[in-house]
Amino acid sequence: MPEIRAEGLRKQYGKVTALNGVDLTIKDGEYLTIVGPSGCGKTTLIKSIAGIIQPDAGEIKINGGLVTPLPIEDRGVGYVFQEIALFPHMNVYDNVSYGLMVKGVSPPERMGPVEEMLHMMNLEGYVSLYPRELSGGARQKTAISRALTSGSTLLLLDEPLGALDLKVRTVLRYELRKLVKDLGLTAIHVTHDQEEALSVSDRIVIMKGGKIIEVGPPLQLYLRPKEIFTAKFLGEANFMTGEITEAKDTGISIDVNGSKLNAILSGEVTLKKGEVRVIAIRPEFLDLSPKPRKGNSWACDIVGASFVGDSMRYEVHAENGVTLLIKTPIAGVESSFKAGDKAFVTLPEENLILYELPEEGLEKTLSLE
Amino acid sequence: MPFLRLLNVAKRFGAIKALDDVTFEVKDREYLCVLGSTGSGKTTLLRSIAGILKPDEGEVYIDGEKANDIATEERNTVYVPQNYALFPHMTVLENVMFGPLAKEIDKKTAEETAMRVLKLVRLDKRADAYPNELSGGMQQRVALARGLASGAKLLLLDEPLGALDVRLRIELRTELKKLAKESGFTVIHVTHDQEEAMTIGDRLLVLRRGHIQQHGTPYHVYNRPERIFVANFVGNTNFLEAIVESRSKEGSILRLREGLKIRVQDPSFEPGEAVIVAIREENVSITPEPRGDEINRRSGEVTAVYFLGSFTRYVVKLTNGDEIASRTPVKEAKVEINQGDWVSVNFDPGNTHIYEYPTLGLPSELEAS
Repeated sequence: MPEIRAEGLRKQYGKVTALNGVDLTIKDGEYLTIVGPSGCGKTTLIKSIAGIIQPDAGEIKINGGLVTPLPIEDRGVGYVFQEIALFPHMNVYDNVSYGLMVKGVSPPERMGPVEEMLHMMNLEGYVSLYPRELSGGARQKTAISRALTSGSTLLLLDEPLGALDLKVRTVLRYELRKLVKDLGLTAIHVTHDQEEALSVSDRIVIMKGGKIIEVGPPLQLYLRPKEIFTAKFLGEANFMTGEITEAKDTGISIDVNGSKLNAILSGEVTLKKGEVRVIAIRPEFLDLSPKPRKGNSWACDIVGASFVGDSMRYEVHAENGVTLLIKTPIAGVESSFKAGDKAFVTLPEENLILYELPEEGLEKTLSLE
Repeated sequence: MPFLRLLNVAKRFGAIKALDDVTFEVKDREYLCVLGSTGSGKTTLLRSIAGILKPDEGEVYIDGEKANDIATEERNTVYVPQNYALFPHMTVLENVMFGPLAKEIDKKTAEETAMRVLKLVRLDKRADAYPNELSGGMQQRVALARGLASGAKLLLLDEPLGALDVRLRIELRTELKKLAKESGFTVIHVTHDQEEAMTIGDRLLVLRRGHIQQHGTPYHVYNRPERIFVANFVGNTNFLEAIVESRSKEGSILRLREGLKIRVQDPSFEPGEAVIVAIREENVSITPEPRGDEINRRSGEVTAVYFLGSFTRYVVKLTNGDEIASRTPVKEAKVEINQGDWVSVNFDPGNTHIYEYPTLGLPSELEAS
């Protein structure tokens, strides 16, 4: 049950800075995911921890011991990546027992741990099948089993479900989390799928441009992201800017393009009249109704309505020219709207998140590159 | 008159039936999404319509004309494959202008069209770059732009957003549909992402092992899945095994394992018949309940909690050992429910679907390929 510490990691590829000073501690027994747009450095980070990539600067410690100079085989890590790499000429059983074989464990002694692992992964029915005879999901489960049978307690997962169809991916991610917890492993999992990250992690790391933007538990990052980019990247969010017209202990009023918005803030209010703020709100917290509601209710035109199964997605143009995305669960819908309808959108005052206007400009902060 | 019509199309590769008796129609200017997993025949379908593959049996009609013997170039159709092949020695702009120029459209118009579609895929600023200077996701966007600029009437898109980051994929999908509608394209868009398919498809075609499973509007497919496979593949669904105990005008009483009873609205099965009950996860609600109330027979213990962003997913083990999952909108989760809590499980008898018990058992029906 190792603790991993990365300090001051830097990596440069020509003109591209893949890691620009990364500090991160992964706690013993933690399931940590790393997310971020393409090119954010997440793959370079996990490969540096694994020992596949040598950082230009910085240190990596596993349980306090410096491992930066060590190759992957000496770091005691199990590494699973997106391109499933099983030995094609070996069946599932032999693939899974490979690690123990290399360590010189005799066939009878290998049986116990291998069978236990196959049982945990529900692979008992597949032992004599060859990789080409397996579905994508079963192949990746075999790869994970192989990575773990050699006894590593640190599992590094580099887009482990990325090559699989969405449906299989959703089922496997829950199994993966359960496995890591049942075995008491420490796991670092890189993914581009934010729902995957939210559902399996103890903590999530958000990266952009070779830097860590924010680290925290899923619920906190989703509901109270400290950084604008977190709100943008993890889940969906609407963004607008407004000027504070009134600031009291109980809350503040903001003018957004001529429409008024009241917000309740947690903690001490240090905002002053005249300051400009970025306001973020998740689409599922917005309400759509035929008549204005109490609170922040703006008239709007519905310009798009699409059915996505468990929810409806609406795009609306509000009275003040702001475009908003609204997501309504079907179960709770009181009347449904279609494109072309006029309605009112309510922005609950307790669900508004305020940010300082970033120095680099809002557009740059929100950009994925 | 339909713009595209397939009649009993079949295609075999050795022993594998990639397409088997495929018949459907696509209206002029319709946006059809073909949904299926790897190996379902999606790509073979597109290639057969494009004329790259010759079907073994059946007919393909494009714009009223039998197209089986018409060459690919003459079909007024453009196929954008998943593995985009850009011209490496041409810039992004030249790649996109290639189609219009080949059609002898004047250079100025060709360039205007090209820039318009490049703007749509957010690459107008990279018009002068060469393919090898772009990321995989960017190259895919160029390939898509090239298809959009080609001037063909029928657009065949194979996972056009597959290589993109989730954030970008969500943003681009809506714009892709808008552009297709504005330009009057008829589109067949292949994907394994059900949310993508439902958001942008006028209609969906669900494919499995070369067979059409269902064809209809997203709303119809989601709310009236005709097969267990569709109920599982589109959306997130619980499946419970049951025996019909009795039926009346109000519906049926079903007996789950260990005698646990539930009521459903569908009265179409005879008492004594073995069935599968499908209940969408978002239609299952859970409420906290003090432990020890064994009289309520639809209660259970929360065995896992997954935060998904706009929803929280709870897995509950019922008193009979069956597991049932509930998806609760984060907005409605007023009371905190944790792993180990005892809860009461409720669902509306009208929000269930009943299927005949499959001859080969439930797992074989759920397999994607």
